[in-house]
Amino acid sequence: MSVDDATVRKIARLARIAVDDAQLPVLAGELNGILGWIEQLGEVDTKGVAPMTAVIPNHLAWRSDVVTDGDVQTRVLANAPDATSGFFAVPKVIE
Amino acid sequence: MTALTDLTLTAMQAGLAAREFSAVELTEAHLAAMAEARHLNAYIVETPEIARAQAAAADAALAAGTARPLAGIPLGIKDLFCTEGVQTTAGSNILKGFIPPYESTVSGKLLADGAVMLGKLNMDEFAMGSSNETSAYGKVISPWKASGSTRELVPGGSSGGSAAAVAARIAAGATGTDTGGSIRQPASFVGIAGIKPTYGRCSRWGVVAFASSLDQAGPMARTVADCAVLLTSMCGYDAKDSTSLNLPVPDFAAGLTGDLRGKRIGVPKEYRLDGMDATIAKLWDQGLEWLKAAGATIVDVSLPHTRYALPVYYIIAPAEASSNLARYDGVRYGLRVTPPGGNLADMYAATRAAGFGKEVQRRIMIGTYVLSAGFYDAYYTQAQKVRTLIARDFEQAWERCDLLLTPTAPSAAFAFGDKADPLAMYLNDVFTVPASLAGLPAMSVPAGLSADGLPLGLQIIGRPLDEAGVLDAGLAIERAAGFTARP
Repeated sequence: MSVDDATVRKIARLARIAVDDAQLPVLAGELNGILGWIEQLGEVDTKGVAPMTAVIPNHLAWRSDVVTDGDVQTRVLANAPDATSGFFAVPKVIE
Repeated sequence: MTALTDLTLTAMQAGLAAREFSAVELTEAHLAAMAEARHLNAYIVETPEIARAQAAAADAALAAGTARPLAGIPLGIKDLFCTEGVQTTAGSNILKGFIPPYESTVSGKLLADGAVMLGKLNMDEFAMGSSNETSAYGKVISPWKASGSTRELVPGGSSGGSAAAVAARIAAGATGTDTGGSIRQPASFVGIAGIKPTYGRCSRWGVVAFASSLDQAGPMARTVADCAVLLTSMCGYDAKDSTSLNLPVPDFAAGLTGDLRGKRIGVPKEYRLDGMDATIAKLWDQGLEWLKAAGATIVDVSLPHTRYALPVYYIIAPAEASSNLARYDGVRYGLRVTPPGGNLADMYAATRAAGFGKEVQRRIMIGTYVLSAGFYDAYYTQAQKVRTLIARDFEQAWERCDLLLTPTAPSAAFAFGDKADPLAMYLNDVFTVPASLAGLPAMSVPAGLSADGLPLGLQIIGRPLDEAGVLDAGLAIERAAGFTARP
């Protein structure tokens, strides 16, 4: 399977990365080089093989369902590019 | 008298304990050496005020008899570890100016054990790279040069700043992280030791995530014993990481013997690649002789799915990265770019286009594609199935041997720009990626020099949780190799 310019545009939109139209063929070439190489996995017989879920057997630990942290609003907002009135501010989304 | 910066970490511990020199003197020696070595670009941020305060505290603890094991030991911290109050960028523009309000578990454990933080070490952006050329803060330059050449060489990656700093004696040791070889390959390139422990040994909490099922922290230092000291401090259960292993951590340094009597060393035939560099092939054979002399027996083993490890890695790692890096959206931290009149979606896209470098964007897009509807099973599920087969190869090998010996990398350090094609760069991790996919402990130890005088490492891979066995074999090679070359 190889990707064309339209597919690259779609991938870029899904990934939320702005890409100039002029860059689409360049990216398509790079992605096809990598995808063509990884496609060799198709030749491995994996019938009856379970996909890996954990490399080291481990079980998820339980903990009490209690609040362990809080009252750190200023620290949470300290790195925000735009914080207003105790909130993260973003460009207007409702007309 | 030997310069303080030339001492091994364990010699520094002994010298501090015997009060031959103070922690402040040791730290000042490193800060002065760092100022002389700024052309290497190993540090993104130097933290001399923090280091001096920590060194003074270490001296007070040493005087009071309350010193912790790493009291006064000057370390560099890879910029992937969140450090409270000190900029942490993961080598990316998208996190420029980010000041974490908390400390990563691993760096916190080192500091709690008395270590001194010299600064934050440069790295490939989000740990995606094998040469340090993808850092947004400029490439790190290896302190090594090939004999008769003035060309600048890569320190390897992604922990290239850590490798260069330790090799150049501007840190006694450093933290690294390893997703597909990012501790072992740079350690090999600059002639130092580095170990990636079993997946789950070191907490990932507070380490900027790249590929969560593979990421593991580990130490880089000039000797195997130094690595053992740091590893003991870095490992341990952490309830804040759901994949952290709740198991006791041995004192790796105290248990280190280098005695390999009764150990069987496996030689995976699939690692003997066609057209393998003759010096590396010879060094590998020499390494096997060294381990034999330390009491081990050598057995041939087969890891039949080895050739599929890289393509598996380049599906799984980008898939996990595309998910992990979705958090960089210009809202809560880091860079924000809003095009004039742009809405929220435009802001996301413009921020990520401006904040991520080319290689990171490429991997996010590959990951997005292999996870997208219609392609998920063909790429991602198939890769996870082949990953199971790769792990099974190792399990079967462990029926015949206790440890594996292989080269760390297919070549010595290369020059900047020599591997401009992404695929050529990816192939550099051919020997390190399989152990990462199987979550196994693995280390690189300097073992010899290439024809043009550059360091070459050998890799030891162990069973799950057998860091002690890996370190013992590492020590046996270190002793036999007598590697004394330095940049």
